[in-house]
Amino acid sequence: MAKIKLDNIRHSYFPNPKSDDDFALKRVHFDWEDGGAYALLGPSGCGKTTLLNIISGLLIPSHGKLQFDGQDVTRLSPKDRNIAQVFQFPVIYDTMTVYDNLAFPLRNRGVNEAKIDAKVREIAAMLEIEDMLSKKAAGLSPDNKQKISLGRGLVREDVNVIMFDEPLTVIDPHLKWKLRSKLKELHQQVKTTMIYVTHDQTEALTFADQVVVMNFGQVLQVGTPQALFDCPEHTFVGHFIGSPGMNVLPAQVKDGQVWVAGQAVEVSSSLESLPEGKLEIGVRPEYVRISDTGVEATVRNLMDVGRHKVLETLVGDIKVHVVLGENQQVSSDRVHLQFEPANTRLYAEGWLVDLQHEFEEV
Amino acid sequence: MKTENPRAWFLVLPVILLVAFNALIPLMTVVNYSVQETFGNNVFFWQGVDWFEQILHSERFHAALGRQFLFTGIILAIEIPLGVAIALAMPRKGIWVPVCLILMALPLLIPWNVVGAMWNIFTLPDIGLMGYGLNNWLGIEYDMTQSPLAAWVTIVVMDVWHWTSLVVLLAYAGLVSIPDAYYQAAEIDGASKWSVFRFIQLPKMKQVLTIAVLLRFMDSFMIYTEPFVLTGGGPGNSTTLLSIDLVKVALGQFDLGPAAAMSLIYFAITLLVSWIFYTIMTKESKE
Amino acid sequence: MKLELRDVSKRVGADIHIHETSLVFEPGAFNVLLGATNAGKTTLMKLMAGLDMPTSGQVLYGGVDMTKAPPQERNISFVHQFFINYPHLSVRDNITSPLRLAKVRPEEIKRRLDETADLLRLGPMLDRRPHELSGGQQQRCALARAIIKDSSAVFLDEPLANLDYKLREELRSELPVIFSNRGAVVVYATSEPAEALMLGGYTAAMYEGHVSQFGVTSEVYRQPANVNAAQVFSDPPLNVAQIEKRDGKVNLSKQFNWRARGVAADLPDGAYTLAVRPHFVRPAADESAQIPLHGEVRVTELSGSESVAHFNLGKDIWVSQSDGLHPYKVGEQHDFYLDDTRCFFFGADGRRVV
Repeated sequence: MAKIKLDNIRHSYFPNPKSDDDFALKRVHFDWEDGGAYALLGPSGCGKTTLLNIISGLLIPSHGKLQFDGQDVTRLSPKDRNIAQVFQFPVIYDTMTVYDNLAFPLRNRGVNEAKIDAKVREIAAMLEIEDMLSKKAAGLSPDNKQKISLGRGLVREDVNVIMFDEPLTVIDPHLKWKLRSKLKELHQQVKTTMIYVTHDQTEALTFADQVVVMNFGQVLQVGTPQALFDCPEHTFVGHFIGSPGMNVLPAQVKDGQVWVAGQAVEVSSSLESLPEGKLEIGVRPEYVRISDTGVEATVRNLMDVGRHKVLETLVGDIKVHVVLGENQQVSSDRVHLQFEPANTRLYAEGWLVDLQHEFEEV
Repeated sequence: MKTENPRAWFLVLPVILLVAFNALIPLMTVVNYSVQETFGNNVFFWQGVDWFEQILHSERFHAALGRQFLFTGIILAIEIPLGVAIALAMPRKGIWVPVCLILMALPLLIPWNVVGAMWNIFTLPDIGLMGYGLNNWLGIEYDMTQSPLAAWVTIVVMDVWHWTSLVVLLAYAGLVSIPDAYYQAAEIDGASKWSVFRFIQLPKMKQVLTIAVLLRFMDSFMIYTEPFVLTGGGPGNSTTLLSIDLVKVALGQFDLGPAAAMSLIYFAITLLVSWIFYTIMTKESKE
Repeated sequence: MKLELRDVSKRVGADIHIHETSLVFEPGAFNVLLGATNAGKTTLMKLMAGLDMPTSGQVLYGGVDMTKAPPQERNISFVHQFFINYPHLSVRDNITSPLRLAKVRPEEIKRRLDETADLLRLGPMLDRRPHELSGGQQQRCALARAIIKDSSAVFLDEPLANLDYKLREELRSELPVIFSNRGAVVVYATSEPAEALMLGGYTAAMYEGHVSQFGVTSEVYRQPANVNAAQVFSDPPLNVAQIEKRDGKVNLSKQFNWRARGVAADLPDGAYTLAVRPHFVRPAADESAQIPLHGEVRVTELSGSESVAHFNLGKDIWVSQSDGLHPYKVGEQHDFYLDDTRCFFFGADGRRVV
């Protein structure tokens, strides 16, 4: 268990970085509380794996410090940091049985056999693999192998943090949800700090209490799944989270009003002291309605997704998605879109413009 | 592609003919000889299994066979662990990788009789570097043509020099295919270097090691050129391995019948032991 | 040209990989093969493409029996899950390779290349090598190579499975546009129900080598013919329980029973399997969800836009899915509400009772 502090961490793979572009990680500075479930979410190449390796000790950052419970661990080896890691593909010792696999980390640390036995059985029961303890690990299915990988991390009592590097990559799709729920259940039981790295928003949002959304080597937003959904601080966060993601449209401000595609639109952001830069509005498909007046759009496709329908439209050459009810129909190919003001936000150069007082969350 | 295409058989026909001429027909000839007696002039007398019985009861054959097993055993016991150790020590990334690989490949490229000749000269007590050095600088009495022990040591060292590289290259190929994550996980689990070898590296090399053992077994069991060029089977018959003995019988004494029978027995033993080796080593992966 | 399978089966030794199947695929809309990993989707696709020979039955292209013809003679394209491109060729050469093999005139090749590169937004990358591209771009290159040919059938075997989540979403919405107006039969394999629904068209729900149902996607979703077809289309998994219909009531167990409505009311008395999709089990009662189900919450999954709870219902575990954020607590006893008019009932033979 540990409180993790990332202190101005930056990392460049080049020995003499000259500009921001040479940095794989631009600046990461925040704290993680003990016992929480966190996710690092972002597309390939966003820097999340670099950050994960810095936390686990497989990489030493070129700048900045890392602390576990106040102790500087920046240069400590993974073994000395007391971390556990589950990799993208199951890493198990083929020649050993499941029991021996789970006992291995404890045996290496000189724990006595009676204690080992108790702990291995406890963890195996938690992971629902007790009936496989005497089987050879090599013959199991990928999801059970991943459970063993995880188990090796759980048997050790001194683990500060368990890290997951896209652990569901090789798991069969129809078993993914099972393992995902199991991980969540385990966290609720064990309460060790867990950090989960992924590009899949469903995995991140369902597992974590707090999600760190990254792109371009930067942390764009840290927040609960709800906060990320309701109030994305960057257009990328809004677009990346939600299926379909937030709609982003170019906007102008004239005469104290926001204009999108020739229509006046009400937003929840404050228009006072607007920052410089390109203006856009962001509104989630759940908050777009079809009506008789509003922004004009041409209908491109109506998709029936089972629980609801998703209407894909074009405003100019920008795609705008609308979530419709299960039984809603769209008859014509030109529609008018209305955006719910409370959930329509203004962004300058991609970053959220402060909300008006009445729209701020209490 | 599992589409049936009978035309594919025609493509294989040339190979079939080639194998027939170069292998099957000569083999049949040998079988023919092994059950007949001949004094030349294409006159044959049926002997049945007489030659086989004679060979199998012959002390000379047993001695050669014993020497052969001893040789192969020593070779495997040295080359496999040594090859693995060298492969473990070789760098896996960086500029030295191609350099090491080329160095390892060099001994394998030398024609086998040249290897024998090289070591012959190298160990001559008067002008060879090793021969002279051992006798005069280290004070060890060394003369291959006089001492059976020296002859044995020499043929073993020569084979190790020549063929360990094969084991190294195969083991290395197995090692580089192990993803980094395994080493990282072992580090996190607090495993010692020995544990890493025993639980990660060795199991993952098992397949390539099986091939290496099998190849080295077959090659060393059939070995002819290098020891023959080096020692001629001597001193006396102390290094007369099975193939050397066979050639003596066939060409030296021109006893074609017994020689043919011996060939077939040789072939059968090689096949049998190879099969046993293979079955044992792949048994685990079938579980 | 339509693609037809007549009583096609595939046996390997004693295992039946594909049971006798007859299907007709028409051009103009996506034909989706939906099923779990070992359901037989790839095997069936390979049989259609000629990469594998069926043990029995016929494969017909436009009415002509092509069962014994190799893939080269069938004028098809195949896109794999693992982006397959010629590593030593540039993107341009990769895409045009089928046309150059067919000795098409250079002007025609250029015209088609421009059109295809435009459609798949590969314009700026034509001179790069595949390993210099991102995953999504490599897959688009493979797709370009598949469509430039004007084949009569295009097979896509889980082409988006190895891409990032968001990339998958984007490419998925572009696929129907890419394949419209081509006149080719498009067959698309996937294991994600959401993908099948978004692509629309027709779906063959597959389970353990059987095609449980084939029809218009939304119909297969709304009117599953049997339990397997219903389960294949469900993510999170379908809620299933054994019930008994007696005296006008549906009895789940002593605790849970309710007066039969709708479809259930017309059922003859007896034992049935009840199945209902998770989003008809709601955390609170509303106008359609009326039947209370009491259970202990075991796992909660809260994403930004929806809440999922796994709870014990007797000895089964059921899943409730709802929009918005519902603050469940693990271990709490909660009343969930079932919309019983949206339940499916399946008889002992597994088929749905209507």
